[in-house]
This record gives sequence, C-alpha cells and structure tokens, in this order.
Amino acid sequence: MAARKKTAKPNVSKEELLQYYKDMLLIRRFEEKAGQLYGMGLIGGFCHLYIGQEAVVVGLEAAAEEGDKRITSYRDHGHMLACGMDPNGVMAELTGREGGYSKGKGGSMHMFSKEKHFYGGHGIVGAQVPLGAGLAFADKYLENGRVTFTYFGDGAANQGQVYETFNMAALWDLPVIFVIENNQYAMGTSMQRSTSTPDIYTRGAAFGIPGETVDGMDVLAVKEASEKAVAHCRSGKGPYILEVKTYRYRGHSMSDPAKYRTREEVQKMREERDAIEHVRQMLLTGKHATEDDLKAIDKEIKAIVNESAEFAKTSPEPALDELYTDIYADA
Amino acid sequence: MTNMSMVEAIRDALDVVMTKDDRVIVFGEDVGYFGGVFRCTQGLQEKHGKLRCFDTPINESGIVGTAIGMAAYGLRPCIEIQFADYMYPAFDQISQEASRIRYRSNGDFTCPMVIRMPTGGGIFGGETHSQSPEALFTHVSGLKTVLPSNPYDVKGMLIAAIEDPDPVIFLEPKRLYHGPFDGHHEAEAKTWKGHPLGEVPEGYYTVPLGKAAVRREGADVTVLTYGTMVHVALAAAEEQGVDAEIIDLRSLLPLDLETIEASVRKTGRCVVAHEATLTSGFGAELAARIQKECFYHLEAPVRRVAGWDVPYPHAQEWYYFPGPARLGQALLETLEA
Ligand SMILES: Cc1ncc(C[n+]2csc(CCOP(=O)(O)OP(=O)(O)O)c2C)c(N)n1
Ligand SMILES: [Mg+2]
Repeated sequence: MAARKKTAKPNVSKEELLQYYKDMLLIRRFEEKAGQLYGMGLIGGFCHLYIGQEAVVVGLEAAAEEGDKRITSYRDHGHMLACGMDPNGVMAELTGREGGYSKGKGGSMHMFSKEKHFYGGHGIVGAQVPLGAGLAFADKYLENGRVTFTYFGDGAANQGQVYETFNMAALWDLPVIFVIENNQYAMGTSMQRSTSTPDIYTRGAAFGIPGETVDGMDVLAVKEASEKAVAHCRSGKGPYILEVKTYRYRGHSMSDPAKYRTREEVQKMREERDAIEHVRQMLLTGKHATEDDLKAIDKEIKAIVNESAEFAKTSPEPALDELYTDIYADA
Repeated sequence: MTNMSMVEAIRDALDVVMTKDDRVIVFGEDVGYFGGVFRCTQGLQEKHGKLRCFDTPINESGIVGTAIGMAAYGLRPCIEIQFADYMYPAFDQISQEASRIRYRSNGDFTCPMVIRMPTGGGIFGGETHSQSPEALFTHVSGLKTVLPSNPYDVKGMLIAAIEDPDPVIFLEPKRLYHGPFDGHHEAEAKTWKGHPLGEVPEGYYTVPLGKAAVRREGADVTVLTYGTMVHVALAAAEEQGVDAEIIDLRSLLPLDLETIEASVRKTGRCVVAHEATLTSGFGAELAARIQKECFYHLEAPVRRVAGWDVPYPHAQEWYYFPGPARLGQALLETLEA
C-alpha cells in the first residue's frame, strides 16, 4: 500500500474529527472485548473482527443520510456500530442471547436492524451484493433519493454474482455504492494468488461503472470519496465503486493460524498506518483536544463496551421454542 | 498402521493418489499455499507442485465447472468446497453438468471427479456453517454420495472415490476431523488416538463405495446412520443398555441394501438417524425402502431421529442436534412399540 499522502489542511471541523475518533475507537474497543469474550468461551463459533478497518465504515457513514441503507458480509460488527445500532444488542447476539439483534439465533454473522436500515451481515461470501442492488432498485422505484452502501471484500469480488450485479446496477442506473473493502487477504489467500487485476475497481469499467481507490487507513480520505460517490448516486447517475484499501490486524476469524503473512507485515501496518492513531495525532497537533480530553473519551467508550459485555453475559439464553419462530409468517 | 486424525488420513489419501496418478489434481479455496482451512491439503503443494495443488478465487461455481471440464478431458480433479454450505452457487454445475455429462453424451464424455465438502454441525457454526445437505445430492441421478465417519474409512474411501469413473460427492463430518464425537458436548473433546478406526494403513488401499459397515452387532433393533451420528448411536445404545445393531452406511448412493435388509429382518425394528432436517431427509428414503423390503419382518414402525425442521441455530445448538438422549429415547420407544 502506498504511503499516506499528507492531508495538509483537512477540510474538517473539530467536532467531526472528534466524532470519527470516537466512532472508530468504539469499534476497536468493542472488537477487542469480543475477542476477550471469545477467549473466555462466552462467544462460540465464527467471529470475524474488524480491527484495523475502522476508518472504512466510519468514513463511508460520514456521507450517509437518514434512510440510506447498508448491507455487508459476516465481518459486520463495525458496520452495525457505525450506523448507530446498539452495542448491547450486537454483543448479546455474539453470545447467543435473547437480547441479541437476532435473539441469539443468528450469531456474529447474521444481524439486522430495520430502524437503522441495516440489511445484514451475510455469512455466504458475495451473497449480499445482489441484495444491495435490489435495495437500490426499490429506492429508485420509490424515487426517494436514497442510496445503498453495499460492502464486500476483495475475496468476494471474485464471485460471479458480483458481476451479474454490476451489469444490472449499471443497466438500470441503480443508486448503489459498491464498497470493496480490500484488506488484501481472503482468509489465508492473498490477492495475488486469487485475483487477476491488482485494482479491483477497474473491473467496473467493463460495465460502465465509475470508481476509484481510496486509502482506507485515512478516515478523511474515505469520507471525501464517500461524499463524491453518494453525490453521484443521489443525482441519478447510477452505481459507483469505491475500492478502499485497508488491512485487518487480527486473524480472518478467531481460529486463524496466521501462517499466510508475516508478523512483521502486520506489525508494520499497525505502527505506521493505524487509522485511529492518525486521527489522534491530528486532534493533538491541531490542538483540537488534549491528552486529557482523549483519556476522557477512552473512558467513556470503555464504559459503553463494558456495559455491552455485561449485558451480553446476563441476557438470558433464548427460550427453546424460539427455535421454531420466524421460519414462516405466523399462521 | 499409523494413528491418524481424519484430517491426516485425508491428506495421506490425497498424497497417495497424487503420487500414483499424475492425472489427479487438487484445488479449491485456500487449498494450495495455505493448506486448506481444515488443513486437509497441507504440504501437498510443496510436494506435488503448484500445477497439481493450487488455490482458486472464491467462486464455487467456477471451481466445480472448471473441474468438470478437466474431468471430461481425462484429468481427475479432487476439489474442495470449503464448507458444504458454500456449494449452493455451484449446485447448477453439480446437479446438471457433472451428474449428466455421461448421460447426455452417450458415454463419450464422463466426469470422474470428487468434490470434498466438510458437512454437519457440532462446531457452533450456525445456519451457514453447519448444514447437512446430503439429500440434495442423493436426489440427483448420476451422482454418488458418500459420508465416512472415521480415519480408516475416509482414507480408503477417498482413494476409491478418486478412482471412481463417476462424480462423487465426498462429505466429511467436520465435527469428527480431530476426534470421535458422541454428542456429549459438555465432555472434553476426544482425539482419534486409541480409537481402533484411527489406525490407518500406510500407502494404498481402498474401502469400496457402496458397502456399509456394522459398527455394533445387536439383536433387538437396527440403527441406520452415518457420519457423526454413528458415534452418537453407539453412545445412545450403550447408555440405554439397548442391544442395537448399528450400521454405518458410509455410502448413501450407492446404498448397501443387502446389509440393511439382513439386519432389519433379523431385529425386526429400525431407527434411522441423521443430523439433517427431518422432512425429505435421507432417512425418508431409508424408511421407505425398509417398509417395502422388510414389511413382514417389522414389529414396530420405522422411527426417524433427525434435526428439527428449522434452520440450524447459533444458540440452542444442542437442542437442535439429535444427541444421545434423543436417539436413546427413540430406541426405547421403538423397543416398546
Ligand atoms: C460462498 C462462500 N464461499 C466461501 C466462504 C468461506 N469464506 C468466508 S470468508 C472468506 C474470505 C473472504 O474474503 P474477503 O471477501 O476478502 O473478506 P474479508 O474476510 O477479508 O473481510 C471465505 C473464503 C463463504 N463463507 N461463502
Ligand atoms: Mg479480504
């Protein structure tokens, strides 16, 4: 990944910057806590952490308006927190409890919120992409000016249904932003071993869909690109592709032998490119916040996360007859 | 003989056939460099080269479809779908191309390929990582579907499957990869060490497709089962003190009707058990066959023990999973019926 360009005079207010900092930090601390609960055996099965990628979803959400929709893969905790879903409900879903967004029946990969227009976490790679176009179709049909953020990974970008969707989205001028979260790995397989083109967004050209790459470790760069993409979609010009170059610090899921990349590679990203640290430095050097202010934020976030963990531990297990609910409409 | 886990036995089988036959190639998601998410192909790329063991992009339809082309031309692909739950994008290729190219071409072109897929639950995988889709395959003419339950069988059957002239769906119960599992989830996980079926011969051998194995001889009731449920059934019979004859089908299609019928005629009672959901599950096929072939020997209705007809849940896994208590109860009720 190219070195960060200097954002010389970022066009951003102190309040906005602080908000991004808080939003990203919430995701990071939440995920760290989820990792701990997993280690303690309170979360079982699959759990994909978003640590390292926080700037992607926070930057994108910065350009979203009420009523805009989002849909993503199984690596979904960050997306839910960033669109304002309740950390308690997310954490309790991870522990499989009644208070979880899917009453414990979905787990880490499968949660939804009608209120926040979050159309899920999807466990099957690529499956959410055509759904995103369908959501956008509905918005276009209703002429409501809304857009849909459809997130997927670099690995998912090789599923055939992504290209079926590109074609339809372009053909029908759908207001959908395809956000490719390129963290360079699909599980244990690096991009070079699986993907014919180094820049995935260029594939959109074959369908007449404009796009660009963005530095996903720079929340302001992501925000700027998001604004541009959203403006494009809202004005009725059809889909747009943002390929956000990012990096996940943790394993693919909780059971990852981490043999496919070096420890040094991960360490280098953490030390030199961390998105939260970047904003933290901007806040301090720009004199928008003091160390003490940031400590207070830290504390505030820790409290939210601890509360979510407490809720997730104490919320009861779902009743056994929940097994049979929501399979069909009630008779 | 070497003690092996199912993972090691699979790896060994692949190594043996790849060494023996250079038409055999192995590929799938994370299969080459990384050695597979369950490590079943670890070391194969290093040993046999990148042309014979390699990674694919995440595109199941493409993986299966290209393998069919290779097979039609004379190669012998043995491909991995990372979890059986991921095969749906490829289902068209499996059910309409792989299965019927022989039929469609009057035998000019054939499809000698194996699709390996981890199957089943018991690992907290939830709805998209725990499914048991075997009945979707047994419903398709032209496919063979097998499901071994231990290291010895998995090696011998994988070699047999790769050498088979037709497409074989090779389902591997992922909960058994590292040790037998009898449904007692609260107990400490076992390994294959010390298990007689963890003793695996070196080198080449086959376990023929289409042959069931009697895992426990018994007089009072026949249990027809496969995969993880074989171990659950053994525990259930033991715990309830039932003299059950437990048959590990191993191969669902072709099906060893001879062994099944002989047993049911002897015991006069039959329980069918699988993890997959009940309705239209493979157990329905077994029950139908038995009532047709063994009707006058039956002293009780054939009973099925299966997953509930619901999506595989994230929480409540052990309520969904047909463990030894549920199966034991069915055994008792069948004896009393
Ligand atoms: C259809 C399907 N195939 C395979 C998988 C297994 N799988 C889950 S995540 C993953 C890697 C996806 O990588 P990417 O799209 O880059 O997303 P990331 O995990 O990096 O966020 C794979 C192969 C799956 N869930 N669904
Ligand atoms: Mg990725």
